[in-house]
Amino acid sequence: MTPSPARTAFAAAATFALTAALAACGNSDPSGSAGGSGAIAVDAKDSSCTVARTSADAGTLTFEVTNNGTRTTEFYLYGEGDRIMGEVENIGPGLKRTLRVEVPDAGKYTTACKPGMQGDGIRADFTVTGGAQRQASTDTKLAEATKSYKRYVDNQIVALISETQRFADAVKAGKVEDAKKLYPVTRTYYERIEPVAEKFGELDPKLDLREADLESGDKWTGYHRLEKDLWVTGLKPDSKAIADQLVTDVKDLQAKAASLEYTPLDLANGAKGLLDEVATGKITGEEDTFSHTDLWDFRANVDGSQAAIAALRPVITERNAALGTEIDTKFAAVDALLDKQQVGDGYKLYDKLSKDEVKEFATAVDALGEPISKVAEVVSAK
Amino acid sequence: MSEAQGPLSRRRLFGIAGAGAAVAGVGAAAGVFGSKTLGTSDQPVEQAAAASVPFRGPHQAGIVTPAQDRMHFVAFDVTTTDRAELVEMLREWTTAAERMTTGQEAVPNGAVGGSEHAPPADTGEALDLPASALTLTIGFGPSLFDKRFGLAKLRPPALIDLPHFRADELDPARSGGDLCVQACANDPQVAVHAIRNLARIGFGKVAVRWSQLGFGRTSSTSRSQSTPRNLFGFKDGTNNLKAEDTADLSQHMWVQPGDGPEWMTGGSYMVTRRIRMHIETWDRAPLAEQQAIIGRAKGSGAPLGQVDEFDPIDLHVRGEGGIPLIAEDAHVRLAAAESLRGVKILRRGYNFTDGSDGVGHLDAGLFFVAFNRDSRTHFVPMQKALADNDAMMEYVQHTGSAHFAVPRGLGKGEYWGQTLFG
Repeated sequence: MTPSPARTAFAAAATFALTAALAACGNSDPSGSAGGSGAIAVDAKDSSCTVARTSADAGTLTFEVTNNGTRTTEFYLYGEGDRIMGEVENIGPGLKRTLRVEVPDAGKYTTACKPGMQGDGIRADFTVTGGAQRQASTDTKLAEATKSYKRYVDNQIVALISETQRFADAVKAGKVEDAKKLYPVTRTYYERIEPVAEKFGELDPKLDLREADLESGDKWTGYHRLEKDLWVTGLKPDSKAIADQLVTDVKDLQAKAASLEYTPLDLANGAKGLLDEVATGKITGEEDTFSHTDLWDFRANVDGSQAAIAALRPVITERNAALGTEIDTKFAAVDALLDKQQVGDGYKLYDKLSKDEVKEFATAVDALGEPISKVAEVVSAK
Repeated sequence: MSEAQGPLSRRRLFGIAGAGAAVAGVGAAAGVFGSKTLGTSDQPVEQAAAASVPFRGPHQAGIVTPAQDRMHFVAFDVTTTDRAELVEMLREWTTAAERMTTGQEAVPNGAVGGSEHAPPADTGEALDLPASALTLTIGFGPSLFDKRFGLAKLRPPALIDLPHFRADELDPARSGGDLCVQACANDPQVAVHAIRNLARIGFGKVAVRWSQLGFGRTSSTSRSQSTPRNLFGFKDGTNNLKAEDTADLSQHMWVQPGDGPEWMTGGSYMVTRRIRMHIETWDRAPLAEQQAIIGRAKGSGAPLGQVDEFDPIDLHVRGEGGIPLIAEDAHVRLAAAESLRGVKILRRGYNFTDGSDGVGHLDAGLFFVAFNRDSRTHFVPMQKALADNDAMMEYVQHTGSAHFAVPRGLGKGEYWGQTLFG
């Protein structure tokens, strides 16, 4: 669990295409020079919607919408089938607002003002000309990558459910020592796919909130609540209920994740996000502050990152073989450090590591994080 | 005294160099940086960077004063239990502070004019340095209003113990304090000299609890200043309350008659937060993610969906598929007055780097300083919204926190804290 209760790399990935387009056009001259470009004034009244021009060149269109009516209005640009290309809401009477919208493809579009912010609005045709036809072909290697990662996630969740059930059963039977042994193993399956859980805003906090992330009045549930019960306070009257809730919540995760589709950027940003987790949460020993089993989580985050990269590997090899090799080398270095701390089937407790050992880990994770952060660009290149 | 001449003239050289660096800063602030007019505007600009800021006035300096480039902030625990001794120290502080803001030594002839057998009364490192726009601002923390000095009844209801916000990792050794002094100047040596000499005067009465250096301003508090960048590389404080927004300042920042105890009227409540930035992981985040988190373009500072830095933020613009251009969890959306029932604060923060953390990461971030009329209605709801939802929380950690009542400015002959103790 990160300080932010939800959405991280994935949320950012969802807006990637959009903001990238914005960034790209941020420097362009909004007044334009070619014919059919430049800001388009929209005179919105209660019963009319006058758009100064009804056609424009493909690219970034700027609409300057002035509400000259008496009711609050909205302005929309629709594509085919009423697909929203862009909109600006809540334009009060007398206000002027700007809508900049990226329209790369020529075609038929529709403008609409919605006085009173209701109904279909006052519509008119709008034509966009020029523009390059976008490539519609899907890259089979990328498609295979996302499919293979989905299989990985689904398999991890199956294991997560059975391990969580065993852990919950031990808690409910009051078998504290057994539960303590199962705790870090169970978490492994969660930590490998944590960016997926973070896609569901409510779920990650329910499962994985740390005590410091609570606000007064919050109900604390999930792994770390039971961690404190097991290691610090002893089991409490509601520990059984918390354990049952945990099982319910991981099953909920399975149901939700079943319908997820991933993009290559999801994979790249997820791989990076998992390493960020290590760099900011595990290195400091904040994650498992009662059990000190941070190295299990550390291992799992690295596993998950490696799995996402492995799925993308054919594409990375094709487009930037040197980057692939560098990532392999840096993963191997982190693996070697983790192996050194192995004790039996598990790891040394985090509070037993020396300052030098912690620093070695931090340095190796930073060295790996740099090349991993370049993967998104490689897989998003057209 | 002749032996002192050599070192003194060398210091003079350093002093000029220091002022020169500050000149560049103000040049940028005046909007002439990079243009060819710097040479012609050199003279007035240099005066502004080196000049002194009036110590007395209706409000304390260092709040709406155009933000200087450097800061040294200190919080003290009061160690004496003798109220009279504390008041006497505040009087001494006032005299020394006023002198230092005019570029003088803390004590007349204090550095080298005393007995050879006594330690100098001024520590000397600011000798011959100009005033450098030094401001010294005093505040009183919640813990001062306990039983020790009989002040419990005067504690303003607005001076709350700040609540725990989600993901706070506060270090007690970097939080709280009975008193604080904020020193801001265009030369770091001048700011450090001021704090050092006040701390020295305070020995036996107060003890330094924590202190923080800031090396670069992250807010502009006047329309005459350009917007600086924070360590995320983004312009920070574009939408800040500014000295020129007098109506907004009265509504949102200055304590008004009837708000609480009379001694705070004309003052403001100051919140400080030491915000460590995880800059290493931030630096690996794609530009699009960085911009989505902030809600502004990194280059121009324009809100997403707009063109220029000062274009108003429009939270109601949506792009393809009806997705808001400024995301639901973007920093500028959550901190916008529109999302917070219209409340605004004045921010006056500084970038800091306190070396490294021992595991190869810079211990760097933003020392957040904000002034508001009532932290219960302004800072707390804002920080709660950010702690709960801000996508930026992934990259920051609040490691220190403090809250102070900053009274009005001093009239002629008044001393720091007179409205409270007098």
